Amino acid sequence: MSLEPRTFTITRADLVAYAAASGDHNPIHTDEAVATSVGLPGVIAHGMYTLALAARAVADWFPEHEVVTLGCKFTSPVVVPAEGGAEVVVAGEEKGGEDGLTTVALTVTHEGQKVLGMPKAVLRRA
Amino acid sequence: MPVDPSIVGRSFPPTRPYPVTAEALRAFAAATGGAWTGGPAPATFPIVTAFEAMNAFLEAEQVALHRIVHGEQRFAYERPVVEGDELTATLTVTSLRQIGGNDIIGTTSEVTDATGALVCTTGATLVHRADGSEA
Repeated sequence: MSLEPRTFTITRADLVAYAAASGDHNPIHTDEAVATSVGLPGVIAHGMYTLALAARAVADWFPEHEVVTLGCKFTSPVVVPAEGGAEVVVAGEEKGGEDGLTTVALTVTHEGQKVLGMPKAVLRRA
Repeated sequence: MPVDPSIVGRSFPPTRPYPVTAEALRAFAAATGGAWTGGPAPATFPIVTAFEAMNAFLEAEQVALHRIVHGEQRFAYERPVVEGDELTATLTVTSLRQIGGNDIIGTTSEVTDATGALVCTTGATLVHRADGSEA
């Protein structure tokens, strides 16, 4: 069963707030000069920021469930411009699970391109 | 400089206990555009303590954080994190490969509560970009 896709916008200010809240102060997420110095196209969102958005969508879709496993590969960076923001779309497909577990196969895209590799959450009723 | 292969299998000292306050939960949720109003922490919240363990490991190995790109992250939860938890992460280096001058470092961190009970296990793959990878 397909779940209603959720769209989120990431701004540079969000990344600064996330760096403080998460303790991940890698400057590639906040400083354009450092990001380009290591060969990145610009400031990129923390991979964990994008995965947190995926987890938000899952929590919205399944408010009565708790997460058993959650994971992904970070396959493509989300470049966040200095002005405006970067849009990320989280889509999900609910699969039948075993032992009362629900598996949610996620698709997370930015500008039509997948940015997470095989993102998936397994849930159980809380 | 490549990471020393002899680190595979090494565990690093546990991080200092991290108190999970309502303020920390609210700040984490707000930073990702959401709101925490009680109940379980956002699912990715244990990254806060896992990241501290990773930072200590990178410092010990003299790896500059800005040369690290996150390759993969997986969480397996025993229970959700809740306000009042005191979390500690213990990181073990599980694998190391060198591809195209980059180090691909596999780590696993066990996140435990104040009683020592396991809250979640989280695996991370870190890509250490070599000096020559500049554009």
